[in-house]
Amino acid sequence: MSIARFWRETPRRYNLGGSKCTMCGTAYFPPRAVCPTCAHHRESIEKMVPFQLSGDGEVFSYTVVHEAAEGFEMQVPYALALVRTVEGPVLTGQIVDVIPEEVRIGLKVRATFRKLREEGKAGVIHYGYKFAPAEELPTPPHGGASAAARSSATKESDRASA
Amino acid sequence: MRDVAVLGVGMTKFGELWDRSFREIGIEAGLQALVNAKLSSGDLGALFLGNMASGSLIDQEHIGPLILDYAGLGARHLPAVRVEGGGASGSLALHQGYLAVASGLYDFVVVGGAEKLTDVPDATGNQITSSAADHEWEVVFGATLPALWALIARRHMHEYGTTREQLARVAVHAHEMGSKNPNAHYRNKITLEQVVGAGVVAEPLGVFDCAPLSDGAAAVVLGPLDTAHKYTEQPIRIAASQVACDTMAVQHRRDITTLDSTVVAARRAFEQARRAPADVNIAEINDAYTISALVALEDLGFSEKGHAGPDFESGKFGPSGEVPVNMSGGLKAQGRPFGAVGVAQVVELVRQLRGEAKDRQVPNAKFALAHDVGGTGATSVVTLLERAA
Repeated sequence: MSIARFWRETPRRYNLGGSKCTMCGTAYFPPRAVCPTCAHHRESIEKMVPFQLSGDGEVFSYTVVHEAAEGFEMQVPYALALVRTVEGPVLTGQIVDVIPEEVRIGLKVRATFRKLREEGKAGVIHYGYKFAPAEELPTPPHGGASAAARSSATKESDRASA
Repeated sequence: MRDVAVLGVGMTKFGELWDRSFREIGIEAGLQALVNAKLSSGDLGALFLGNMASGSLIDQEHIGPLILDYAGLGARHLPAVRVEGGGASGSLALHQGYLAVASGLYDFVVVGGAEKLTDVPDATGNQITSSAADHEWEVVFGATLPALWALIARRHMHEYGTTREQLARVAVHAHEMGSKNPNAHYRNKITLEQVVGAGVVAEPLGVFDCAPLSDGAAAVVLGPLDTAHKYTEQPIRIAASQVACDTMAVQHRRDITTLDSTVVAARRAFEQARRAPADVNIAEINDAYTISALVALEDLGFSEKGHAGPDFESGKFGPSGEVPVNMSGGLKAQGRPFGAVGVAQVVELVRQLRGEAKDRQVPNAKFALAHDVGGTGATSVVTLLERAA
């Protein structure tokens, strides 16, 4: 992916900047130029205003990916989910800081800024949102140190500070 | 608008056709269809070619005239148009060909579909498969096409109690039928245990829940129904051809366990044909992923919402069931050369309606449905076919 193609989406991918229809009040992410659900479809043109998502939401559905998308090979297996935000829009993103088996429908999560992928060793690094649990997870039954397990489950490769 | 009939059909074997080029397979299918239709080349008015990703797969765009040229029709200067709609490219091409004949603009057209998926490594093939999803808001965040279907599967299991075994049953059925189809990519039978125990792609979907990367081509010749008997002993009337689209990304769907594009395309098609799902006695549906078949059976009106899993287990969609589905082996076993898929579905159904399907013939097949999906359902195409008097 070209640098410009990723760079121009930075405000959305870094800050969760969406849009809202001033005709019907529905929020969208990513932002839209016209309201798809509003009965005033045509009249909503130029009536869409910027809208900031809080990053809070819950898992609506999830999977654990074993055959990675391009650039995610070092992260398998990784949890990927549809997250329904408290403001309404649903986002697709990874669930991190969690053992994949702990992800469930209804899990409360919060957006976190992470490295998504990099294009080879000297290539462009893409950053954006992932989601981390925003609720206390139960201690695993066999007395394992859950925090340590979760920490190791968080792949070094997606640390934004890298 | 006038009635349109399928006059001739042809297809190549599907699979890893390493010794054959894109143009070779495209032409083989097209010429077979032409000969099958007993049509003179001079009668042809246009070519519509379904293809999803020739640029990425074989570094070749502009493939309409490429196929036309090597079909020996270049110097006749026919229009040749490529049509793209992800995995539904072939059915979309069929829709364009149908409109072209129905409108009266052309009398006879060839609709082809071709894809060469095994000239690239598997990883590249998978990446190109995922390009039918929303790259900037799904794939960039770690999604693949099977992962997106896995999200649909998980929610379907959560809401309706669909089980892992019910999903697996779809793949077992596909391979059972593929074993009877000489053109199929896979002709081996598999067991429920093999499907459930196979390597995981995106939970709950494993390797056997996903259709393969295949090469292949298929073609049909279309013409006006009123003169169809001159060109074929058994004309097959296109009773309806309907396309419907939906949001590009799964995340924006009204209900991720339903493909609204399929629901709407089917509703429009049954309205156009003045028929109902109960009239269908054979169908070819999208089983690119086992979950996509279950969702399709519900969205097309063959199962109550949430009941496709149990219905599939009961044998309702088997060879002697109420609505035999994917007698070809479907995308899972016959194969999945994107642009060829939708055309191959029609080839199979025409053979069934003519009574030429040999080992996999459904007795008294009279009214058939083909269902093709692009990506995760941003495009659905439903075609209804019937044996003409």
